[in-house]
Amino acid sequence: MKKIDIKDFGMLNKIADLYELPKEGAFNIRLNSQSAARQNSKNVEIISKTDKSGIDIKVKSNTKGEKIHIPVVINESGIEEVVYNDFYIGDNCDIEIVAGCGIHNDGCNTSRHDGVHAFHIGKNSKVSYTEKHYADGENTGKKIMNPETVVNVGENSECIMEMIQIGGLDSTFRNTVASLKDGAKLVITERLMTDNDQRADSDMTVNLDGFDSSAQIISRSVGKGNSVQVFKPNAIGNNACKAHIQCDSIIMDKAKISSVPEITANHPDAMLIHEAAIGRINNDQLLKLMTLGIAEEDAQDVIIQGFLK
Amino acid sequence: MLKLENVSFSAQTENGESVEIIDNINLEIDDGDFVVITGPNGGGKSTLARLIMGIEQPTSGRIYYKGIDITNLPVNERAALGIGYAFQQPARFKGLTVRSLISLAHGSELPENECCSYLTRVGLCSMDYLNREVDTSLSGGEVKRIEIATLMARDLGLAIFDEPEAGIDLWSFSMLVESFKQMAKAGDKTIIIISHQERLMSIADEIIVIADGKLTKRGPSSEIFTELIGEFNKGCSFRGENDEEN
Repeated sequence: MKKIDIKDFGMLNKIADLYELPKEGAFNIRLNSQSAARQNSKNVEIISKTDKSGIDIKVKSNTKGEKIHIPVVINESGIEEVVYNDFYIGDNCDIEIVAGCGIHNDGCNTSRHDGVHAFHIGKNSKVSYTEKHYADGENTGKKIMNPETVVNVGENSECIMEMIQIGGLDSTFRNTVASLKDGAKLVITERLMTDNDQRADSDMTVNLDGFDSSAQIISRSVGKGNSVQVFKPNAIGNNACKAHIQCDSIIMDKAKISSVPEITANHPDAMLIHEAAIGRINNDQLLKLMTLGIAEEDAQDVIIQGFLK
Repeated sequence: MLKLENVSFSAQTENGESVEIIDNINLEIDDGDFVVITGPNGGGKSTLARLIMGIEQPTSGRIYYKGIDITNLPVNERAALGIGYAFQQPARFKGLTVRSLISLAHGSELPENECCSYLTRVGLCSMDYLNREVDTSLSGGEVKRIEIATLMARDLGLAIFDEPEAGIDLWSFSMLVESFKQMAKAGDKTIIIISHQERLMSIADEIIVIADGKLTKRGPSSEIFTELIGEFNKGCSFRGENDEEN
């Protein structure tokens, strides 16, 4: 088992708000393709997969108020991995999961983490999931993440997902597929920033299969430099359901952003809405902040930080 | 003191014609004065305020504040000298909370109770608003009052309010008038309000009338206000006839 160095907490803090190993709750910290620290709790068991790389996270029914951390750090150049994490969450749970991946690559080889997460959420549960992705490094080595997320939300359960890409990734292809049972609710907030020659693609398919299921997808992004972003969220209403997709992007420099929201109704009582907007930073916003004494460049940062917060 | 010296501002129309919006205005306003600028729509009042804040640059003339020539200073540097401007149509920000905006205005993170006190002064029930985003979910009146609160949260020498009454309901407006009165009573800042509201005109020290880009009248509130009412009665035949009948 790899040991966690104090300097690893710099990255762990960025991606999972960890200054130290959590005192309570289950966790698994993956460092350079190995589990560096793990803890189970009374209600949560983390088991290494035997057939492939990754873990199963089993949460007993009626688990409430527990926070589970499963961050990943790669700081050796040249590591390329596909990791499978499966979450089995019982009924009547109320839990929080903090994932996140950080790549520090000072070498010239590519570092890549492809995380395949599958959530199986039981009935009447509430799951909050936060995932922050970040990369840095001075050399030419590429930093790549391709997250794949499958979410099955059980009857009357609620899943709130925040997926954030803070910056530094050369390339990311995100694919999210969700299925909602009767009364299930899904809220996905995606926040993304790209710069230089980076590229980010995000495909999302939400199947609203259950009666009275609902989904809200909020995507906010900022494209700087020569970066390229492509968003393709799709909400499919297969029952009496509600879905709202909202994509907002701020475009700067020579970035290119493409937003292709799609809604598909296969049921007469499906109520689906999509909204998409791409534009520069609003001049009125800049002026307002400048009248508060903030210089133009700092005002841009305030607007972007607020927008992506 | 705020001093405008031969300030003119012209803009190009769609046809490429040059239109004089502010025409050679000379104006001095002493520190601590409470002035209402009024006049017909399209007369140049808001442009004048925007010229003082630096949002527009004069075509000719100079602007001085506290003896410093600020004509070429950018907006943020004028703000740093203590000039503030509440927009007639305030910007909305996705993601920025009311509390963050008021803290940004103040220059540092404000404790909750202080933030609340500014919101209360503009007639907003503070706890309902602190963590709301200043986005399109707020009504025009709400965003307008938050805009005014951002000026109250600043330590200003000159506060300019561009039609603060627009979009604000009667009850909140009464509270706003009280807040302006208190601000004036403190006497530590110059207040310029662009307004058509007689209640604001009546509490001002002075009224300045801007029409067709020119300063056409200036004097103590009591005198100018009476003159303006008289002119309005003369100019409006309907009201004139009614008055005669009565």
